[in-house]
Amino acid sequence: MALHVEHELHTRRKGRNIGVGLLLIGFIAIVFGLTVVKVLQLGDANKFEKFDHVARPQIVPEAGAGE
Amino acid sequence: MSDLSVSEATYEASMGDYFALLKPRVMSLVVFTALVGLLVAPVPVHPFIGFVAILCVAVGAGASGALNMWWDADIDAKMKRTVGRPIPSGRVQPGEALGIGLALSGFAIVLLALAANFLAAFLLAFTILFYAVIYSMWLKRATPQNIVIGGAAGAFPPMIGWAVATGGVSVESVLMFALIFMWTPPHFWALALFVKSDYGDAGIPMLTETHGRDTTRNYILVYTLLLVPVAVGLGFTSIGGLFYTTVAVLMNAWFLKGAYDIWRRTDVDCDADKHRVEIKVFKISLYYLFAHFGALLVEAVLRLYGIGGW
Repeated sequence: MALHVEHELHTRRKGRNIGVGLLLIGFIAIVFGLTVVKVLQLGDANKFEKFDHVARPQIVPEAGAGE
Repeated sequence: MSDLSVSEATYEASMGDYFALLKPRVMSLVVFTALVGLLVAPVPVHPFIGFVAILCVAVGAGASGALNMWWDADIDAKMKRTVGRPIPSGRVQPGEALGIGLALSGFAIVLLALAANFLAAFLLAFTILFYAVIYSMWLKRATPQNIVIGGAAGAFPPMIGWAVATGGVSVESVLMFALIFMWTPPHFWALALFVKSDYGDAGIPMLTETHGRDTTRNYILVYTLLLVPVAVGLGFTSIGGLFYTTVAVLMNAWFLKGAYDIWRRTDVDCDADKHRVEIKVFKISLYYLFAHFGALLVEAVLRLYGIGGW
C-alpha cells in the first residue's frame, strides 16, 4: 500500500493558512492606505507637523521674522 | 507504534467553507446598490475611501449572512435548498459561524466609522442588527409578512453608500431605500409561487402557505402598484433625469403588466404551463432592480458631461 505523505487535511489547512495570511496582508494594506489618504487630505503638513510629540524649533518661523 | 492516522472526528473547514458562510451571491447585490448610492451622491469621495467603504458594506453583509446561518442552522438542515450550507453539512461548527459573524460585524462597523463617518457606520450596524436579529431571530418564524419587513435589511445599502459620501440622509437616499424595500415582496412572492418549497416542513410561515396562492397573487399586484410611484418619483429628485425616468416608466409598465398577468391566473393555469408567467415575472423583477440602479449610475455619468438631470 502506497503511503500518502500529504493527507487531504493538510492541503485544507495550508489553504486556510494562506487565506489568513492574505487577509492580514490586505488588512495592513487597507490601514496603511487609509492613513496615507487621511493624512494627505489634511492639506499642508507644515500646519500640524510641529505639534507631533516634540516641538521642532527649526520649522517654527523665527519670532519677529515677518516684522 | 506505527499508527499515523489523522483524527477526522471534527471536520476542519477550508477557506471556501468560511467564505460560503458570507452568502456571496447576496453580497453582490448589496455591493452593487451600495456602490450606486455612493457614486450618485453629489459629494465626491476619494476612490480609496470609497473602495474601503464598499468593502465594509460587503463584509457587514457577509457577517449578517454568517449570523443568519448560525441562527437558522436547525431549519436549514430541514430544507433541500439549504441543507448543503456549511453548518448543516457539518463543514463549519455553529460556534465558528457565530464568532466569524460577530468579529466581521465589529470589524466592518469600526472600519467604516474610521474610513467614512459615524452615520454610515451606524446605518451598517443597524442593517446587520435588522437582518440578524429582527429578521432572522424574530420575524422569519413568526409572521408571513417576514420578507416584507425583513426586506428593509436589503434596502439599506444604497443609503449607506449615500451616507458615506454626504454624511447625511436625504429624500434621494430614502427613495432608493424605498425602491428596494417595495420591490422585495413582489420579487420573492413571484419566486414563492413557482418554487416547490419545504418552508412548511421547517415551520416557516410563508404567505403562499399561510394565506394561499390567490392571496399571494393579490399581494404581488398591490405591492407592485405601490412600488410604481416610488420608482418613478426617484426620477424627479436631484439624482434622476430624463434617462432614468424613461427607464423607470418602461420597466414599471413591464413589471406591472407581469404582476397583472399573475393576478389574473389560477393554479390550474400555473400547472398547465408550468408557471411560465411566474418565472418570467421573477426574471423581470431582477432586470427591474438592475435597470433602475444602472440608470441612476448612467444619470450620474451624464451629469459629469453636463447632460444629465432635468
